[in-house]
Amino acid sequence: MLNAKIPAGPLETKWSKYKSTVKLVNPANKRKIEVIVVGTGLAGASAAASLAELGYKVKAFYFQDSPRRAHSIAAQGGINAAKNYQNDGDSVFRLFYDTVKGGDYRAREGNVHRLAEVSAAIIDQCVAQGVPFAREYGGLLSNRSFGGTQVQRTFYAAGQTGQQLLLGAYSALQRQVALGNVTLYSRHEMLEVVKVDGKARGIIARDLISGKIERHFGHAVLLCTGGYGNVFYLSTNAMGSNVTAAWKAHKQGAFFGNPCFTQIHPTCIPVSGDHQSKLTLMSESLRNDGRIWVPKKQNDNRKASDIPEDERDYYLERRYPAFGNLVPRDVASRAAKERCDAGYGVGASKLAVYLDYAEAIERYGKIEVGKRGLTNVPKDEIIRMGKEVVKEKYGNLFDMYAKITGENPYETPMRIYPAVHYTMGGLWVDYELMTTIPGLYCLGEANFSDHGANRLGASALMQGLADGYFVIPYTIGNYLADDIQTKAISTDHPAFVEAENSAKAILEKFINIKGKHSVDHFHKALGKIMWDKCGMARNEQGLKEAIEEIKALREEFWKDVRVPGTLDEFNPELEKAGRVADFLELGELMCIDALNRRESCGGHFREESTDEGEALRDDDNFAYVAAWEFKGQSNYELHKEELVFEIVHPSKRNYK
Amino acid sequence: MNLTLKVWRQKNASDAGHFESFQVADVSKDMSFLELFDILNERLINEGKEPVAFDHDCREGICGMCSMYINGRAHGPWDETTTCQLHMRAYNDGDTITVEPWRAGAFPVIKDLTVDRRSFDRIIEAGGYISVNTGNAVDANAIPINKTDADAAFAAAACIGCGACVAACKNSSAMLFVSAKVSQLALLPQGQPERKERALNMVAQMDKEGFGSCTNTGACEAECPKGISLTNIARLNREFIGAGFSKED
Ligand SMILES: Cc1cc2nc3c(=O)[nH]c(=O)nc-3n(C[C@H](O)[C@H](O)[C@H](O)COP(=O)(O)OP(=O)(O)OC[C@H]3O[C@@H](n4cnc5c(N)ncnc54)[C@H](O)[C@@H]3O)c2cc1C
Ligand code: SF4
Ligand code: FES
Repeated sequence: MLNAKIPAGPLETKWSKYKSTVKLVNPANKRKIEVIVVGTGLAGASAAASLAELGYKVKAFYFQDSPRRAHSIAAQGGINAAKNYQNDGDSVFRLFYDTVKGGDYRAREGNVHRLAEVSAAIIDQCVAQGVPFAREYGGLLSNRSFGGTQVQRTFYAAGQTGQQLLLGAYSALQRQVALGNVTLYSRHEMLEVVKVDGKARGIIARDLISGKIERHFGHAVLLCTGGYGNVFYLSTNAMGSNVTAAWKAHKQGAFFGNPCFTQIHPTCIPVSGDHQSKLTLMSESLRNDGRIWVPKKQNDNRKASDIPEDERDYYLERRYPAFGNLVPRDVASRAAKERCDAGYGVGASKLAVYLDYAEAIERYGKIEVGKRGLTNVPKDEIIRMGKEVVKEKYGNLFDMYAKITGENPYETPMRIYPAVHYTMGGLWVDYELMTTIPGLYCLGEANFSDHGANRLGASALMQGLADGYFVIPYTIGNYLADDIQTKAISTDHPAFVEAENSAKAILEKFINIKGKHSVDHFHKALGKIMWDKCGMARNEQGLKEAIEEIKALREEFWKDVRVPGTLDEFNPELEKAGRVADFLELGELMCIDALNRRESCGGHFREESTDEGEALRDDDNFAYVAAWEFKGQSNYELHKEELVFEIVHPSKRNYK
Repeated sequence: MNLTLKVWRQKNASDAGHFESFQVADVSKDMSFLELFDILNERLINEGKEPVAFDHDCREGICGMCSMYINGRAHGPWDETTTCQLHMRAYNDGDTITVEPWRAGAFPVIKDLTVDRRSFDRIIEAGGYISVNTGNAVDANAIPINKTDADAAFAAAACIGCGACVAACKNSSAMLFVSAKVSQLALLPQGQPERKERALNMVAQMDKEGFGSCTNTGACEAECPKGISLTNIARLNREFIGAGFSKED
């Protein structure tokens, strides 16, 4: 049985008690301890900066040219925190409760409560760094509601919250670089974890410009390498987002938690053709005002404007009258798929639904008329005023839509379709964020913790920064306090040599295959299998087929991939090959996990486990974290971490 | 559409480099500019040739990674648009498109269209931060900030660090980039204690990296994908002069 090391005692005091009793490392010893941080997104940059401030010697690695370009930069909507600035009844408990419930009761109570506890301090820290959050006229911080919550607890900076938070963490990081406490390794890709006597003691990384393979020692290693949504090829993730660091750690003994838990976001711009390389998210906030519909008639080829009101099916409002267009992401995504699969989709591909602002524009226009005390205003004038209001609220999103599609969303309804967005699964970690390899930690989206089977909007940014600013600085001390006698291990140690050789062997193999197909060819094929059979809806037969298909594809990849160029130069195709090779293994494990979990929960929808078409959870048999141990190619052993709910009692999520 | 692409090829930093022409057929208007390069690269790989190296990551106009100099304009023809957000609707059948890397001494070429922009990180290192350790902060609402200032700080903070301003400038000046960060922090109460040193140190680092001086041509503002305004440069000049005088006091 896996031990998550959750401190004993009442939920509200677990973290404070842990903090006041945890082992500490004295400042003189900290200076002798080296910590490797892989990744400089919100989790990595905040961890690296905070640990350096404490006095540890930090080395930070990332594959982009600057730490500021990590994928966190793209987060749009906002970050949650239990500040209760709006006096609308929010509290640490409510944020905790909403997160456990929103995760469909597949997250740990102890972790989630800690997350809610530290959330307020995150906002304080960011403001102190100069993060320009949105403000009211009185000069105080503004909040919005997000993702259907009943309180306004989301802090935001226009549609660029992730950018502003990351630039804050990045500035803290650069300050530590200037002080000599952090060394940056830009355009470096981690290829292997190095273990000495069972503990993580370093990494092997490739300098992407020169191609040189390097060995780096650390007393501890932190993986903050983000999510693996790109296993689906098309997703809202950045092109470089990958699973390599986590996967290599997995193969070295770190268990992988709930790999099949994927979040599919309902409001993305649909695929426009075979050339499509990524998908663009349209912020969830658009569902606050937009109405989602499809024609009532199948295969209706009329233009949206030619379809009269009574021939439109506002299917979310019809199926879920209580929540309407604001149902959670997983529910909204599946409902869109259901309509399209049944032949009601719109646009050239028929894989899209309408998100319509016509009514909101008119409503806002009328409000303006009222505010300005006007009378006898013609309709087109009302519409014009309404458009002004909508532009102020959502202008940047509407512009983005127009650039990508060439259509004007103020005039015609937007076409949207669900897309892969976030991965709740990741490396299994205990309460201290340590993986099953001693000394190897995992933070941010790369770990499996906190969001259960479905993440609520605006809580990934919160978790990444909680892990980096406020959790790891305490928990790492508990491990390193026993390590102060350990001298830096020479990178000539056989463990380093061996890890380097195995990393090199893989790279050489890629170049030497000289096959017929590009890396992208295989990536696209994998993506299609995953999307069709391990995507929004899953069933036993499909998953079994997918496992066989992935195995076959993997074999073909290793026989027939073509990677141009050489090892000792800047070679983006070689980087891609390494990432896709790992996705080809991860994809199989995701299907194995999805097959094992014969229940529907959160983003994981098993067609066999439903009740009147709605997802049906099975708490008697599946209230556990599935943590998989790598035992060799295609061979994984399941370990279960039982989930105990002392405070929040699992109930059925009902949005009707 | 059928297009002719003239692309800068350069093996590495020490190679002299040259243009190479490609004909690309059946380009869809719905493609993004980078997807055009994906298709070209797929073809080059299939033909056993070297694909074109270019930087990109988010493909949503926010990470600042993409950086192509297209027909003489940084990020191409659309205003306030990064290369990755540019779509082929901007072009017509038969067009010839010339694509080069950012050209500036402080941004050495790594390969083809990829350049090294770490000089920007070093400028931030010189002072583009507020010195506050984790855990030191007071309650976020303890420091009210006038909405106009907060909005102006946000507008400056929207810079994505892409370097188009440098590429567009005949002097390869980084003033727009530097002024955006200096302005953001100068507009906020949290930024006051280090205000003077920040302006001086960041400008000193900018000079040290070999960026040219600003002669107010405004090319940077015209090409900036995030609409960073020249008023930031005016503010930096005031900050810099103010800091210089008070230092001599
Ligand atoms: C379009 C979009 C919008 C979003 N909006 C929101 C939102 O509004 N609110 C919210 O809460 N969440 C949002 N999310 C989710 C959230 O942005 C992410 O979950 C979060 O930012 C992940 O942060 P991270 O630090 O874990 O990883 P990332 O930011 O992905 O950083 C990963 C880092 O790891 C490095 N790396 C990866 N692999 C390697 C390797 N092998 N070697 C070396 N370095 C490596 C990278 O260089 C990078 O620095 C959004 C996500 C997307 C895609
Ligand atoms: S000022 Fe504009 S052009 Fe210059 S780096 Fe920033 S975003 Fe790019
Ligand atoms: S690829 Fe990120 S801004 Fe263009």
